Amino acid sequence: MTTPAEPLIEVRNLRHEIDGRCVMAAPAFAAAKGEHTLLLGPSGSGKTTLINVITGLITPTSGEVRIAGQLMSALPAAQRDQLRRRTIGVVFQTLRLIGALSVRQNLALAQRLALGQNDSTAIEALIAQVGLTHRADARPRELSQGEGQRAAIARALCARPAIVVADEPTSALDDANAIAMSDLLLATAEATGATLLIATHDNRLRARFDRTMTLAAPQVAA
Amino acid sequence: MTLAGLSLAYLKDRALNTALNILLLTLSVATLVILVLFSSQLAERFERDAQGIDLVVGAKGSPLQLILSSIYQVDVPTGNIPLATVDLLRADPTVAEVIPLALGDSFRGYRIVGTEPAYVENFGGVLAQGQMFAADYQAVIGAQVARETGAGLGQKFVGSHGLSGDGHDHEETPYEVVGILAPTGTVLDRLIVTPVGSIWAAHGFAPPPAEGAAEDHDDHAGHDHDHDHDHDHDGDGHQDHAAHDHEDGHEDAHDEHAEAEPEHAAHAGGGDLEVTALLIKYRSSMAAVRLPNFINKQTELQAAAPAVEMTRLLSLLGVGIDAVRAFAILLMATSGLSIFVALYSALRQREGDMAMLRVMGARPGAIFGHIVLEGVLLAAAGALLGVAVGHAVVAASAASFPQLRDMGLTAARFETAELVIVMAAIGMGALAALIPALKVFRVDIAKTLADTR
Repeated sequence: MTTPAEPLIEVRNLRHEIDGRCVMAAPAFAAAKGEHTLLLGPSGSGKTTLINVITGLITPTSGEVRIAGQLMSALPAAQRDQLRRRTIGVVFQTLRLIGALSVRQNLALAQRLALGQNDSTAIEALIAQVGLTHRADARPRELSQGEGQRAAIARALCARPAIVVADEPTSALDDANAIAMSDLLLATAEATGATLLIATHDNRLRARFDRTMTLAAPQVAA
Repeated sequence: MTLAGLSLAYLKDRALNTALNILLLTLSVATLVILVLFSSQLAERFERDAQGIDLVVGAKGSPLQLILSSIYQVDVPTGNIPLATVDLLRADPTVAEVIPLALGDSFRGYRIVGTEPAYVENFGGVLAQGQMFAADYQAVIGAQVARETGAGLGQKFVGSHGLSGDGHDHEETPYEVVGILAPTGTVLDRLIVTPVGSIWAAHGFAPPPAEGAAEDHDDHAGHDHDHDHDHDHDGDGHQDHAAHDHEDGHEDAHDEHAEAEPEHAAHAGGGDLEVTALLIKYRSSMAAVRLPNFINKQTELQAAAPAVEMTRLLSLLGVGIDAVRAFAILLMATSGLSIFVALYSALRQREGDMAMLRVMGARPGAIFGHIVLEGVLLAAAGALLGVAVGHAVVAASAASFPQLRDMGLTAARFETAELVIVMAAIGMGALAALIPALKVFRVDIAKTLADTR
């Protein structure tokens, strides 16, 4: 359940070009605290680019992104890193868990980087919440796809970020797993009060979100 | 979990690769540590044992052999020289002190040295128990001899002919321990010292009368004896008695030696008595210019300066040591290259991880430090293991080879150079990690995440 509030994510007139070619043009939108938004769009529409701009990994060619009121593009790199570290948790389609670390260690590292300290109680609670207590010491390569996804979601949430963004989290999953994945994201975001933004071309998720936004493929100049 | 913990986790994650890199570095560091321990202790021991001695006079032959046998007690003597040489040199105004040495016998491998109390004083020898020898067959034993043989004051022992300890025993002339020296860290620790007269008497020669008058013994001119003992001249090779020269081919039974004793005794008077070598201390620097030339002109004598011979020996050894050192440094450079290749290759595989760390908020500098730390941890492990292995090898060598133990080689000592080696190895590890680590500053996170799906 979402409630309108002060926007945590605010996007205006956003456009990004590579070698003069527009790869992303996003409509203005805002997501308030606790709001769950599904960002739909076909492949090549610039969803990943938008996620990268929102997380401060890419500086857009034009337009504005404000995160928690701060203009991302105006911040020096160090402050952008700091804002991302403290405010945003990211889930990728390919999970990107650190292979040399166990599930518990992956969460502990993410928490340490974000907060500068470890809260093992919170980590254990989160591991339990995603149903991985019995797999907490397993390495990513020892996990099933579903277990890995749950671990990735737990990692994105372990520093209790105000914003969780997920880039194509279900594109390689069958229907059942896609629904389970989105439900888990929704439930954990709900539990932590995080603003959730999922970028996907997977229409199976549309029904589970009360707020959707569509990103059209950018127009190529004639 | 910290980035340092992540460095360790990555090393553990590729355990075989890590172990091989550590092993390579361990081998090079251990080799360098062994060289440092060996060369520094050898040089120090050489210096300590030759302290206060400006010149050694002995029979003609190899000057290095003369030094090794007379000062370091590790080689067989070049021969004997007439006792009259002692008085000749003592009369020289440029000579401050002449210490005679008479070698030829041993007890359980420890050399019995016929000499004067001045020899003990030269090494700063202090009696831990008992008193200094005052008469023939009284012996003062070094600290190591006492420790290893368990000999105590008042105990008697029989010297064996030869320096290797496996010659026949002089059962008729037992020694009595009258003093035990405190450890000096010098050659004295492993010697049994006794008056020169003990050595003469043990071999059937009477010492000269107190007034020093020498009797005429023409029938023993040249002092070559064909009455032979059943000597076993293996091990150290031929070892001349201090008091007379044996010719090769000793074939007679040992008991014939006893029968020959009266003949030896006829030498009483000292005219033909001999000593093995003389340790000389100069009174003035003029002696260094004049004395060696003067001695070397004598037909039977040669003079050798310990400083010169040891410099020569160390430079000869130095060639070998330098070659091994160059090999070890090459090995270290190889291990540095190996660490570089391992990290470079590992980081290529971990580019996605690096990008993810950046997404999670890790600063580039922190990731750079984490990669360098990985190289440093590898190198530190190799370096510390190398030091441990180096010391273990030295300890095992000293335990296995009596010559090294006698030389005073010990693993229970750390040299400043070892710290330099460890720091160099760690620095090399950091350097090897530097190039891969610098890549983190150039990484395009979004592109890497896209490229490494």
